[in-house]
Amino acid sequence: MSTDTATAVAPKKESLFSKKNRKLLTDPLDDSNPITVQVLGICSALAITVQVQQAVIMSLAVLFVMIGGNVIVSLMRNIIPDRIRIIVQLVVIASLVIIVDEVLKAYSPDISEKLSVFVGLIITNCIIMGRLEAFALGNKPGPAMLDAVGNAMGYAWILLAVALVREVFGSGAISFPGVGQVKFLPESWFMANGGFYENNNLMILPPMALITVGIIIWIQRSRNRSLIEEN
Amino acid sequence: MKALHKLIEERVKPNFTGDGKLKRFWVVFDALETFLFTPGHTTSKGVHVRDGIDLKRTMFLVIVAMVPALLFGTWNIGHQYYLSLGDVTTADPWSMMFLDKVIVGAIKVVPLIVVSYATGLGIEFIIAGMNGHAINEGFLVSGMLIPLIMPVDVPLWMVAAATAFAVLIAKEVFGGTGMNILNVALTARAFLFFAYPKQMSGEIWIHDVMASKAGGVLADGYTGATALGHLANTVGQPVSGEVSTGVMSMFGEGGMFSLMNCFIGSIPGSVAETSALAALIGAAILIWTGIGSWRIISSFIVGGLVMGVIFNALALNAYMTIGPVHQIVMGGFMFGAVFMATDPVSAAQTNTGKWVYGFLGGLFSIMIRVFNPAYPEGVMMAILFMNVMAPTIDHYVVEANIRRREKRLTAAVA
Repeated sequence: MSTDTATAVAPKKESLFSKKNRKLLTDPLDDSNPITVQVLGICSALAITVQVQQAVIMSLAVLFVMIGGNVIVSLMRNIIPDRIRIIVQLVVIASLVIIVDEVLKAYSPDISEKLSVFVGLIITNCIIMGRLEAFALGNKPGPAMLDAVGNAMGYAWILLAVALVREVFGSGAISFPGVGQVKFLPESWFMANGGFYENNNLMILPPMALITVGIIIWIQRSRNRSLIEEN
Repeated sequence: MKALHKLIEERVKPNFTGDGKLKRFWVVFDALETFLFTPGHTTSKGVHVRDGIDLKRTMFLVIVAMVPALLFGTWNIGHQYYLSLGDVTTADPWSMMFLDKVIVGAIKVVPLIVVSYATGLGIEFIIAGMNGHAINEGFLVSGMLIPLIMPVDVPLWMVAAATAFAVLIAKEVFGGTGMNILNVALTARAFLFFAYPKQMSGEIWIHDVMASKAGGVLADGYTGATALGHLANTVGQPVSGEVSTGVMSMFGEGGMFSLMNCFIGSIPGSVAETSALAALIGAAILIWTGIGSWRIISSFIVGGLVMGVIFNALALNAYMTIGPVHQIVMGGFMFGAVFMATDPVSAAQTNTGKWVYGFLGGLFSIMIRVFNPAYPEGVMMAILFMNVMAPTIDHYVVEANIRRREKRLTAAVA
């Protein structure tokens, strides 16, 4: 985190897509992924990854709140009194979350129902608070936005990967917002119809989300040795 | 034996070592060679106390101890099958159609064993090859235990999936043989239990029972449910209600699940879990050879008996009125106590810890099966739970020992 704040005092004016800023965008995808490396935002990753469509909506919601929060807090960074900064951040996030919630209720009530409390709980998503605290408070709006996009994407791809595994093996289907759930396995495959196949019920249960995240971490670490701790 | 050893050393081994043609398959060769002959390694540094027996031979003795349960289970599958068709009666179980029963059983059991070993060893070989270390022999026992705790008609691909899950997630992730937190075979069963509940509960314990039922050839009044499955129906019913008395009549003298039948094991159930007698023979072999912990086995049984006595005293439903001895010979309790709870890796390590671990395991087994009809087989849950708790138990035992000795030391100094 300390390296992030160091970028704030960069003396020279630099372009928005300089090498350092591009790193803000790509780092959270792998090396400092919010879920698999920093282990933040795990609750929502476990709770709403039963179906891909929920994961997509959740990712978009977090992306929106994150960009909004990071940019707004970054704009206000010089006028926020240090002692009440957490409260100010919370107010910003909460307002954004309420906007998301209302939009969801208006335009896709069924998904809003499925996501239930987890939209509201974006407020407590540690990734968002973490980025505001560690980055937006000490950086200009441009880099802050890139940082928000990077982290939201890092969050999103894990969510989508887990949801894809869980939905394919757990429900034998893939869903997408606007399309709904598409069952791609022929009905005659299932045991109830005299076939041989059965959906894996464990995939629907939360423990399997944890195990799937664990497997992703396992693969990531075996590819990226720099993530492995010394002892 | 000497000739074989010479042949391997001189003709076969050079192909795999150094620049031999087949050096990529060294791992496989090494696994098979050390399986046949005790390796000639000696300790090179320092002094070590070593037993004459090594891990491969330890594992093999456990398999020997499982043979009675396996053979009985094979016979019992056939026995239950012909019983469900009405071809044999319970009156003379041993002589009637003995060969037919064993053949039916073998047709069901052999594929299960083959699939379990092929999947598990395949994964172990690949991982050992990737990591470049020798293959560990831990799967020899797990691979045998997995088929023994499956329902008869479970689809083979499910066994393969469960075995792969157990070997990867319960074992290899934690570092392979000797590093697992949970019992591998039970993890495989728990995976199936939660992943495919329809194939793991209800009337599935007898070969082709659903087909026989649909075809109208099922013997009158015969269902494929286990003793525990029947008893689970009595939970929440009044003790002398119609359901309870109906179920309890099966558990009385001469009933299908009489104490004797449950002890011998000629009742429906997973492949080899039904017979308490066979499990006890296995226990005798394990204890005699010093491989299984007698502390765990005996305290596990005591724990089950204690819970049974407590339930007898409460007697809130028909399930609780089953006698403690009857309670522990039903289902997989004895099989779990002998072959699962004693797993030297996932059990408690300290002697005091083993007493606590076994006792609580037995206690919870009976408690779970009586309190929660959704989990008729409480033994699996109880042992997995105690596997997780084992390090905590050991920690407190070790801490207590340190404190005791500290106190003694300060007393001596003062």
